[in-house]
Amino acid sequence: MTQDIFLLIEHIQGQVSDISYIMAAAARELAKHEGGNVIGILFGSSSEGLKDSLAVDKVIYCDHPALTEFTSDAYKRTLISLLEEYSPRAILFGNTTLGAGVSSSLSSHLKFPVINSCIKVSDSGSIISQICGGKIMVECQLGDKTTVITVNPGGYKPEEGQSGSSPETINFSAPDLENLKVQLTQYIEPEAGDVDISQEKILIAIGRGIQTEDNIELADELAKLLGGAVCASRPVIDQGWLSSSRLVGKSGKKVKPDLYLCLGISGATEHIEAITDSKTIIAVNSDPDAPIFDIAQYGIEVDLFDFIDPLLEQIENAKND
Amino acid sequence: MTEIVVIARLVPDLVEELEIAPNGTALDLAWLRLIINEFDNHAIEQAIILKERSGATVTIISPEAEGVEDMLFTTAAKGADRLIKLTGVGEEKPTNLSMAQTLAEMIKEINPDLVLNGVQAHDDITGDLAPQLADLLDMPYVGYISGVSLGDGKATAFKEYPGGVLAEIEIALPAVLGIQSSEEPPRYVAISKVRQMMNTASIEDRDAGVLETEGGVIIDRMYLPEAADRAEMLEGDEEEVASKLTAILQDLGLL
Amino acid sequence: MPEHVEYWGIPHEWGSPNILVYSVMFLAAAILIFRFFLRARLWWKVGRPEPRWNKLHVRLYNLIKYSIVQTRVLRQKYPGIMHIALAWSFFIFFLGTALATINTHFYTFLSGTVFSLYKLTLDIFTVVFLLGAILAIYRRYVTKPDRLTYKPQFTWTLVLLTVIVLGGITTEALRLAVEQPTNAVWSPAGYLISQAFRSTGASEAALTNWHLGIWLVHLLTAAVTLITLPVGSLLHVLTGPLNIFFAEIDRPVGELSSTPTDKEGQPVYVSKLNELTWKQILNGDACTECGRCQDVCPAFGAGLPLNPKDFILGIREIFEDAKSSSKGLSFDQSLLENHKLSREVLWSCTTCAACITECPVLVEHMDTIVELRRHLVIEGMIDSELQDALTNLGRYGNSFGQSPRKRAKWTQEIDPPVKDATREPVEYLWFVGDYASYNPALAEMTAKTAKVFNHAGLDFGVMHKGENHAGNDVRRVGEEGLFEMLVEKNLSALQRCQYQSIITTDPHTYNTLLNEYPFSEPQTILHYSELLAQLIKEGKLRFTNPLNYKVTYHDPCYLGRYNGIYDAPRFVIKATGCELAEMPRNKDLALCCGAGGGRIWMEEGKIQERPSESRIREAMELDGIQHFIVACPKDITMYQDAVKTTGYESDLIVKDLIELVIEAL
Repeated sequence: MTQDIFLLIEHIQGQVSDISYIMAAAARELAKHEGGNVIGILFGSSSEGLKDSLAVDKVIYCDHPALTEFTSDAYKRTLISLLEEYSPRAILFGNTTLGAGVSSSLSSHLKFPVINSCIKVSDSGSIISQICGGKIMVECQLGDKTTVITVNPGGYKPEEGQSGSSPETINFSAPDLENLKVQLTQYIEPEAGDVDISQEKILIAIGRGIQTEDNIELADELAKLLGGAVCASRPVIDQGWLSSSRLVGKSGKKVKPDLYLCLGISGATEHIEAITDSKTIIAVNSDPDAPIFDIAQYGIEVDLFDFIDPLLEQIENAKND
Repeated sequence: MTEIVVIARLVPDLVEELEIAPNGTALDLAWLRLIINEFDNHAIEQAIILKERSGATVTIISPEAEGVEDMLFTTAAKGADRLIKLTGVGEEKPTNLSMAQTLAEMIKEINPDLVLNGVQAHDDITGDLAPQLADLLDMPYVGYISGVSLGDGKATAFKEYPGGVLAEIEIALPAVLGIQSSEEPPRYVAISKVRQMMNTASIEDRDAGVLETEGGVIIDRMYLPEAADRAEMLEGDEEEVASKLTAILQDLGLL
Repeated sequence: MPEHVEYWGIPHEWGSPNILVYSVMFLAAAILIFRFFLRARLWWKVGRPEPRWNKLHVRLYNLIKYSIVQTRVLRQKYPGIMHIALAWSFFIFFLGTALATINTHFYTFLSGTVFSLYKLTLDIFTVVFLLGAILAIYRRYVTKPDRLTYKPQFTWTLVLLTVIVLGGITTEALRLAVEQPTNAVWSPAGYLISQAFRSTGASEAALTNWHLGIWLVHLLTAAVTLITLPVGSLLHVLTGPLNIFFAEIDRPVGELSSTPTDKEGQPVYVSKLNELTWKQILNGDACTECGRCQDVCPAFGAGLPLNPKDFILGIREIFEDAKSSSKGLSFDQSLLENHKLSREVLWSCTTCAACITECPVLVEHMDTIVELRRHLVIEGMIDSELQDALTNLGRYGNSFGQSPRKRAKWTQEIDPPVKDATREPVEYLWFVGDYASYNPALAEMTAKTAKVFNHAGLDFGVMHKGENHAGNDVRRVGEEGLFEMLVEKNLSALQRCQYQSIITTDPHTYNTLLNEYPFSEPQTILHYSELLAQLIKEGKLRFTNPLNYKVTYHDPCYLGRYNGIYDAPRFVIKATGCELAEMPRNKDLALCCGAGGGRIWMEEGKIQERPSESRIREAMELDGIQHFIVACPKDITMYQDAVKTTGYESDLIVKDLIELVIEAL
């Protein structure tokens, strides 16, 4: 086993996900303690260029048509084959729709210890994870064998994992990828929402606390008044009250507005991880213990419905002055 | 007849305050209220939807925990056919690999076409259960599923990607799927129906065998996060707070 | 000596007129009874059994009160007087005919003064009827209030009855015109008309012929009325009294019946016609289509799909369709497919009981609505907001989804600390309720209430996390199983406590504790307005600062209409020195705020005007009104919202009774 830290680079439809850079930053921290190199794993088809700007020392690149886009079977087989040749200290995956599944199946197959939801590496080189919706922190040590770690965003910024130079490539040949049990047929884009919330500067976000579809009008009015757009957390989208193009969260969009004003959102981790790049977060929630208040700059603990009308009035007045 | 197995687990209810056990490396069970893992609830719903759509036998397997009988009877009231409770689980949470090994034995006996499980559970630190189970069963695994239909020897599922994008995936059966959300929100079951089930349905007890609680990873400690820099709370009644907020928006140059 | 003469002016050549009259009338009556029997027996054949034969003396009393005296009809002046005029007249006419028959065949007594009074009474009521008919014609064809049904058969009925009565007075007048007896003035109206006939100069023979003709018409019209009775708007003459006789007398309004079971002991969740009881089907047939229920229904007034009148007529419609369709005798038609009984209709009901308070024939709308809701709940046909509330209630014992341990959080700041009734004995066990405990704004009010109790030196305590939602609205939503579970939990918590009385600030909690909880021992349960009134009377609460506000009081449904508590809150208000002005719809006419029946947990739906907004507007009509006083936590939130949405925020302040008390201390 070497002291190297590996990480699986995630890319979707030709774009490298932010989590890859975040993992690079985490890996660099870990590598400092373990004393090895940071090596990225890149699978794809004519995708070598995606390695650029990742702050890793080297990239192991495997090219195969069946690896063009992520599928769990192809990636799993290739990783198993790769880990027969390499034996790193630890291997990082994103706790995402790509990384979460393949990391666990790998750990089971190779009997590697696995740690979930790592937020960051501590000063002493241990792994700090966050579970139970962010309410509990866990500190773990790496196991005796290659340790699989899944990484959540929040501990490092993507910028910390970027670099100007392009890392060296080591080529790796794919194993037999015939008769794959999982095939990707097509991507389905969400209904062309009139608005791309990831580009909006002012967002009014609504959560479970909005209670009924009719109340969304209130958020609409506020958004109109401030020149922003309405977005929502999962419970609202699941009800079908807004199109999925308005979903902010792990399975939705990541947003980076100047103002994120959230109404009736409790602050589940899947939602929080998508709004950490907002400049100012203001949360309105009648529950003073709601986790959203841990990351908001300003908090308001009132009944949302009593508050909206005075707010609309005040903003209107302020605008007219 | 399609055989579907659903693994459903209870997890700590985050409504209550969570405490750390005296040993410092686990949750204090005394104050813990358990509820069904929301994703597992969706998995159950998806299984019932598939049964209603094209016929299937649905088996639910749950490790024993406080309140698991109520949960199993509720699934029976929704339409589950067979209820299995794993006994001998013990107070300490087993590793997901160990749990997966026990489940794999049981599931091989049932020989299902489809195994559904919630994509994640918020108290898991030792990896996700479903992919490990899939690996031990030598079945393919796809996670973050929000819709499934069954065909001849294969399933077509929708996998959720960031940005609201979906991927249409074809999976060879038998397979394990990690459910993110069912096609319809989980249905409501009236308490009287659940109580009726307590008289008509029965739960099979199966011994879980030896379960590992150590997974090759050393947990140094579990702790509550430091009271992070909390938000600056704006005080006052609705009018006052509205005017304070308006002032802040003005200062930020947003008006 | 003047005496009753039988069949004056009717020729006896073709045999005794008796034969004609009795054969026609018996035939008509036989047809009536036969047709009615065909319909009535189906209620019992189609509907589930339900025993309603007990306490005959109470049932007879009700029959007299509601069918004869017609107290419900008299709740509204114009239609009340109009209907009394029409109905009582006919009671008198039947009585008169019966007496005449007895007089002829059994015992002669209609002579002399008795006879004169007899004539006078009949004559007066003839005029009364005709005045009533004029009122009715004016109402039905000129005023045309929305709540009535405007169908030809109602005109037909009015015409028939008026023709009968006109026939009666005319034959009388014609006889008087020919006979000119000395006692003619005892029939004043008949006498006046007879003078008019005389003035036409017609011969006695002509008058007698006219008399015969009109007499025959009178006889035939009466026969036709009887024959068409079961299919016309007069059906209520038979079904109304039956419905009144068989009305529910064992349960108070505030107690719902539990889920019925079939012969095998399996629960019955009503969704089909033949799952209703015979009495529920009779409701449909007894409806007079008066629409009073419609007028007072808060859901209907708000523009929601529910119309209580249509709901009941919908049952009739389905019953009639089932009788006449080729599927016919299976009668298992689904009720929910009829748009008058659809899901949206069922979920609109706030269970305010205004409909059953107004109905002149004691139709029981609410029981059927709740039973149908039970079916919807079992099938999972509920909206997501309600589902969340019920799931939270099942899991945490409150609809907010918050920890049971936070229920008594509001007690933290109170000094001296509020006792834990599960740990030490108390005199008054205060069952606080969900909204008053968990809603932050209302929790403040609860804390204030505790301070008042302390000030009055009350020995009281709360159950902390032992208390669960009392279940009143859970039951009304149709989740009977959850209701039973909450009752079990609350009873077991209460059994661990020692107390003299239970007090509550919430009328919904009050209702179910008082009427539905199966306590093993009799309990004293008080609403806090009753307690305050008591404390004031005992001198334990003294007001040093009399308030001079002009206020109005809104009677909460579950306190007022359901349980008859109108005086205690008014007493408290007046004791604080306020001037009380009553809204037009006060006491049992009070308009529901719209939150009951679980509606506070549901999607509002397409509403035109909220009942709470209508109520605020009603209050604003009172000159110089300053405060709107409520005595229920849900009312506070509903009306505070309503003053904002109606724009009267600065004009009318919504206050709980306890706030007046605090100010006046």
